[in-house]
Amino acid sequence: MTLDVARVRKDFPILDRQVRDGKPLTYLDSANTSQKPRQVIDAISGFYERHNANIHRATHQLGEEATEAYEGARTKVAGFVGARDASEIVFTKNVSEAINLVAYSLGNAASAGAPARFRLGPGDEIVVTEMEHHSNLVPWQLLCQRTGAALRWFSVTPDGRLDLSRLDDLITERTKLVSLVHQSNVLGTVNPVRLIADRAHALGALVLADAAQSVPHMPVDVRGLGADFVGFTGHKMCGPTGIGVLWGRRELLDELPPFLGGGEMIETAWMDHSTFAAPPHKFEAGTMPIAEAAGLSAAVDYLNEIGRASIHDHEQALLRDALTRLTELDGVRILGPAEPADRGTAVSFEVDGVHPHDVSQVLDELGIAVRAGHHCAWPLHRALGVQASTRASFYLYNTHEEVAALAAGIRQAQQYFGVA
Amino acid sequence: MQIQSLYQEIILDHYRNPHHRGLREPFDAEVHHVNPTCGDEVTLRVALKDAGGDPVVADVSYDALGCSISQASASVMADLVIGKPVGEAMRIAQEFLDLMQSKGAATPDEATLEDAVAFAGVSKYPARIKCALLGWMAWKDATGRALDETTGQGS
Repeated sequence: MTLDVARVRKDFPILDRQVRDGKPLTYLDSANTSQKPRQVIDAISGFYERHNANIHRATHQLGEEATEAYEGARTKVAGFVGARDASEIVFTKNVSEAINLVAYSLGNAASAGAPARFRLGPGDEIVVTEMEHHSNLVPWQLLCQRTGAALRWFSVTPDGRLDLSRLDDLITERTKLVSLVHQSNVLGTVNPVRLIADRAHALGALVLADAAQSVPHMPVDVRGLGADFVGFTGHKMCGPTGIGVLWGRRELLDELPPFLGGGEMIETAWMDHSTFAAPPHKFEAGTMPIAEAAGLSAAVDYLNEIGRASIHDHEQALLRDALTRLTELDGVRILGPAEPADRGTAVSFEVDGVHPHDVSQVLDELGIAVRAGHHCAWPLHRALGVQASTRASFYLYNTHEEVAALAAGIRQAQQYFGVA
Repeated sequence: MQIQSLYQEIILDHYRNPHHRGLREPFDAEVHHVNPTCGDEVTLRVALKDAGGDPVVADVSYDALGCSISQASASVMADLVIGKPVGEAMRIAQEFLDLMQSKGAATPDEATLEDAVAFAGVSKYPARIKCALLGWMAWKDATGRALDETTGQGS
């Protein structure tokens, strides 16, 4: 089914806004955070207006309704990504926390008497890639510091793909965990998670996929993907900020030690020790983002109603348009794959002679919102020999007119700074 | 265009033809500063000379990678502080910092800030203030270290 972009846009109140003295907003920063449809905004305010209470512990009607909203969101998210059941879905505050949850739980494994596959020490290795967002790099650097394990990584080819030629050298019997991004937030590259996971699993290693940039844009089936843990976040998929998701295989969540301690994550508590609740509650200490869960649930409904296949088709058409138009501009170099195959809609580029901050400032003046900098992927920029870049990213509500406006805006930036 | 309040002609001139650029000898201290949000960086050297009392900024030299605002600001900063006693240069730096934090409300004093008054518009763009301050912060840091060096005091 073809996506009716005019109808979709009507669902997003912010897209009617004018910015910088009356310019219509052209929002090309959805890889940073997506905009929210009326349905999500209403679900959040509706929760606070009608159902607000704490969950799992209130013995009154509102408490039951709030619990239903929160646990209902879990069930909905489980269905959305193909989890076996809702107990495999842990809510976090964002994908960074989802990844840190695994990293800290593994760090706790040595002292918690957890199974050997979770325990890291000198001689063990964690493998990441050079195209990671800092959120899937720094937690592993810290875990290596705490445990004495070593960090290794896949490098990136000049055309922005993972260099898989060293797969067998990188993933060995020393590897305890492989953590990689499913879709790069800078290059748009979609990585072959399954291929890497199969090698890792054959050698007994765990695999985590950072799916923050893929789940919002394409159908993702967590069990088919091949990883053992998958993290993603609500605010990039039309949901609110403040809620993220960690999916984990139930048998792993059962055995993994807890991350944060506190209310609601215990089974029994004594002065000198505690026992822990079953997953997912074992990993959810304290009052969770309840209204945000209601908002995320509405976002899942919204994306399901439009259909992720339709969204993906629409975005691929925008991507082909953007790659063509930007390739045609003199002095503009796209980072990452120049072809749309296995590629998402984050399009980062350099403009010869104009710094990304200056490009984005001129675009902002025209009402076009993009991101400039290293996009929390500094080592990737260094590997590509680029100091920083400008990134445009597209979502279901973007149009071909906006792609054309981007190209015209880049041209204007070149003229303003005297390089065209 | 509103953007012209940001990109004043003076700023674009300094960006295209930066003053005092390049790393030079001799120097008393060298620092390397980065803007963690965008990766812009500057390596900056300060040479002081004894003037019987408050030392004088003999030279500021730098090598910088960054946007027009950060490049132009380093150039204007070097113009302003070279040849001035350290105390006076520090007061100018403070006045520039105050201007950047003014959210567009301050009227800069051209007698003190000279070309740096052109950066008043930057204070209305919160994302760009760090760009304008990168060179200044590097200079303050390097000068502090150079003073420790020349007076033999550890910090």
